[in-house]
Amino acid sequence: MLKRVVWAAAALLAASAALAQEEGPQLLHAGNDINNIDSLQRGARDFMNYCSGCHSLKYLRYNRMAKDLKIPEAELKANLMFNTEKVFDGINSSMPADSEKWFGKQPPDLSLIARSKSPDYIYSFLHGFYADPTRLWGVNNLYLPNAAMPHVLAPLQGLQKPVFSNEPDAQGSAKMVLAGVELMTPGQLKPEEYDAFVRDITNFLDYAGEPVKAKRESMGVFVTLFLLVFFAFAYLLKKEYWKDVH
Amino acid sequence: MAATSDSAGAPQTTGLIGWIDARFPLTKLWREQVSEYYAPKNFNFWYYFGSLALLVLVNQLVTGIFLTMNYKPSASEAFSSVEYIMRDVDWGWLIRYMHSTGASAFFIVVYLHMFRALIYGSHRKPRELLWIFGCIIFLLLMAEAFMGYVLPWGNMSFWGAQVIVSLFGSLPVIGHGLVEWIRGDYVIADATLNRFFALHVVALPLALVFLVGAHLMALHEVGSNNPDGIEIKKLKDAKGHPLDGIPFHPYYTVKDVVGVAGFLLLFCGVIFFAPTFGGVFLESPNFEPANPLQTPPHIAPVWYFTPFYAMLRAVPSFAGTQVWGVMVMGAAIVVLFFLPWLDRAPVKSIRYRGPVFKIAVGIFVVAFLTLGVCGLKPPSGIYPTLAKYCTVLYFAFFLLMPWYSRLDSHKTVPERVTGHA
Amino acid sequence: MSDQVDHSRRRLLTMATVGTGAIGAAFAAVPFLASWQPSARAKALGAPTDVDASKLEAGQMLKVVWRGQPVFVVRRSKAVIESLGNHDAMLADPKSDDSDQPEYVKATGANRAINPEFWVGLAVCTHLGCSPLGAFEPNNQFQVAGTDLGAGWPGGFYCPCHGSKYDISGRVFKGMPAPKNLPIPSYSFSGDGRITIGVDQAPQKA
Repeated sequence: MLKRVVWAAAALLAASAALAQEEGPQLLHAGNDINNIDSLQRGARDFMNYCSGCHSLKYLRYNRMAKDLKIPEAELKANLMFNTEKVFDGINSSMPADSEKWFGKQPPDLSLIARSKSPDYIYSFLHGFYADPTRLWGVNNLYLPNAAMPHVLAPLQGLQKPVFSNEPDAQGSAKMVLAGVELMTPGQLKPEEYDAFVRDITNFLDYAGEPVKAKRESMGVFVTLFLLVFFAFAYLLKKEYWKDVH
Repeated sequence: MAATSDSAGAPQTTGLIGWIDARFPLTKLWREQVSEYYAPKNFNFWYYFGSLALLVLVNQLVTGIFLTMNYKPSASEAFSSVEYIMRDVDWGWLIRYMHSTGASAFFIVVYLHMFRALIYGSHRKPRELLWIFGCIIFLLLMAEAFMGYVLPWGNMSFWGAQVIVSLFGSLPVIGHGLVEWIRGDYVIADATLNRFFALHVVALPLALVFLVGAHLMALHEVGSNNPDGIEIKKLKDAKGHPLDGIPFHPYYTVKDVVGVAGFLLLFCGVIFFAPTFGGVFLESPNFEPANPLQTPPHIAPVWYFTPFYAMLRAVPSFAGTQVWGVMVMGAAIVVLFFLPWLDRAPVKSIRYRGPVFKIAVGIFVVAFLTLGVCGLKPPSGIYPTLAKYCTVLYFAFFLLMPWYSRLDSHKTVPERVTGHA
Repeated sequence: MSDQVDHSRRRLLTMATVGTGAIGAAFAAVPFLASWQPSARAKALGAPTDVDASKLEAGQMLKVVWRGQPVFVVRRSKAVIESLGNHDAMLADPKSDDSDQPEYVKATGANRAINPEFWVGLAVCTHLGCSPLGAFEPNNQFQVAGTDLGAGWPGGFYCPCHGSKYDISGRVFKGMPAPKNLPIPSYSFSGDGRITIGVDQAPQKA
C-alpha cells in the first residue's frame, strides 16, 4: 500500500518534470560534444576571430585552454591571442571600457553563458537573428527579443527574415505571431556548414563554462567501478556476519 | 544495557588501552555506545538514513572547511572566488560539487529519516525528546542551507535572500526594523553576505554538531525503535540482553557500510555526471553574478524548501498583510514538534495500524510532494489552486490526527519482532 | 548466537572491505591535500618576470619582484668583476657548494652570474629572510645602518637586521649569522641585458 503510494507520487513528480516546458520558442538542439577536440579547437579559433572582439571569457586562462584543447603554445600566441596579454591571463575582449555607449549595454562576459543559459540556447541564439529595420543594428533575435547584439555572423549565415502566422488570440480575433525565420539572402556558408560552425562555437563555450567537465565525467566512470567493488565486498561481509542472526 | 552485565563481563584492559582506560572511559564508551549497544535485529531499508545523515554531515564539515580556505565572503569577490575554486584551485571543483551535492543529499536523507520515524512511530513515548532534538536539527539545517545558498553570490542567491529575508518584513510592528537588522543594509548587501558566512561556517555547524550529539545520546538512552514498534527491552535473556536485540557492532556497522557504499554510488554519480542535477541542485541563474537591478524571470528556492515555499504562496494576503502566509509556513514546521502528542493510536508501527492511518499517510506524502512541485513552478495555471488544497491536506494530516488515530482500528502487536532484513 | 562460524571467510571479507575502504579514503584525501598546491592564479602571478637591465650603469642596481620576493639585478664594472676572485679566503662558501643556485650559475665560480656583467640574485638574507642592502663601493662608509664596513670591504651586500655581509656575487663572509650565499633564481639572458627571471637558460626548460 505504502509502496504503491510512494511510486504513484514519484510518477507524478516525473510527469510534472516532463511537462516543465520553458516559455518562448522551442530551442534548437545543439548536439555538441565536449570530447571532440577538433571541434573545440575550431570553436576556439572562431570564437577568437568573431566573438572575442566584444566578449571576454575572463575566467578561462589562455594556457588552460591551450592545455585542455591540445593547442601548442606557439600556435596559441600566433593565432589565438590578439591582445597583449600573457598566456596565464584570462581571455579578455578588445572592447574599451566605455563600449556601453555603442550597444546600450556592455557585451557580457561569456565564461559561464553555457551554464547560466544552456548550449542549446547559444546554438539557437546564433541561429535566431532576423532582419528587423526597427532595431539599431537592423536585426532582432527570435530567442532573445530585442537583443542588443548585431549579427556578427551575417556574412557567413546570410540574412534571415521573420515568418509570421495568424493565430487566434484570447478574444478569438486573428493576430500576427512571430512563428520562425527563413533564409532571405544566403551567406558564404551553406546552411549545414553554418550549423557546424555554430556547433563548434557552442561546443567551445560549453567547454569554457566548465573546463573540467570532460575530465570529471571520465573520472566518474572509475569512481563508480571502484565503488561497485567496495559495495560487493561490503555486501558479502554483511551477509557473512548476519548468518549469526536468526 | 544493565549496569550489572557491564561490570560483570568487563575484562581488564592492558597496555596502551589499559593506560587510557584508567584515565578516560574509552573502552567503556565503545562498549556502551557501540559493541554492546543492543539494537533491534529487524531494521529494514528505512534504517540506513540515520547513519547516512551522519556521513553527509561529516562530508559537509570537511568540504566546507576546505572551501573556506579559498572563498572570499565579500560582495565584490564572492562570485569570482567560487569560479576561482572551480577552475584555478587544484581539485577545487570536486570539493565544491561534494559540498553543493551534499546539501541536497542532506535533505533527501533527512526527509527519509523523518518519514521513517513517522510511519514506525519512532517519535512516540519514550522517544519524544529524541524527536524534538531531530526537529531542531531540521530547523537549523534549513537555516544553514539557506545561508549557504547565499554565499556563491549568484543572481539566485541574491534574489532568494531578498525574498526570504523580506518575509520577516510582514510581521506586524517590528517587521520593517527586523528586516533591516537582518540585512545590516537597505538591500541584501556585503554586510548581509558577511554575517551569513559567519553563521554558516561557525555558529550553525557548531550548534548542529552539538545537537546531533544530543540526538544520539537520547537515542542510546531510550534505545532504537524498529519497524514493528516493539520495545525490545521488555524481553531479555539470562545475561540481560534483549532477546530481539543484536550488538550494534559488528552487525549494524557492517550493514551500515553496505548502506554507505550504496549511497556513495548515487552521490558520486551525481557529483561526476550531473552536479547541477538538471538545474535542481545548482540553479542556472546562479551562474550569473548577483545583480540587484535584474530579477531572474522566476525565483524559486532550492528544491528542499519548495514545499514550505508553496504553502507561503498559497495563503492570500488578508486584512492588508501577508503575515498569514509566513505564519502558515512557520506553523508547518512547528506542528512537527507536536507529533508525539498528536498521535493517539495504541500501536506505534504502521504495520499494525488500520486503514485510516495508512490512507492518511498516503495522502500526506502525495500532498507534500505536490507542494514541492508547486513551489518549483511559477504561481500560474493549476499550481496555486493545487498548492492551496495540498496545504490544507498537510495541516489536516497533523491537526486531525488526535481524532482519526484514535478512531482507527489496529491489529494485535506480536510479542517478538518479525523477521529481519 | 553462532552455529558454525567460518572465521577465515570473515577475516578475508573484513580485510577486503577495510582494505578497499582504506584505498578509497586515501584516494578521497588526495584532492583535499592537493588543493593546497599553488593554484593556477598563484602560478600566473608567479610567472616569469622580464627585466630590461640594459639601461643600468655600472654600480647601479634594480630591484624587481618575482613570486612575491625581491630580486636584485646589479650591473658590475670590469674592475669589480676582475677583483672577484681576490677575497675567497674571507668567504664561508667561496665555490657556492652549500648554497642554492642553478647549476649553470654555480659553474661560473666567483662570478655567480651567466653574464658576469649582470648579477641576478634573490634579495633574501639566508639568516632570517631580511632583505639586504647594496653597498657596492669598496671601503665606503656604510650610511644606512651607520655601520663602517671596514677598510678591507670589497663591496657587496649588507643585511641590516643582524649584520650579515655578502660580497657583490652574494657570497657570504666568514663568521656571519647567515649560513649560505644569497640564493639565485633560475633566469635566462636574451642579449642586451634582457633578463627573464623564472625561466632557465637554454638548453634547459622550466
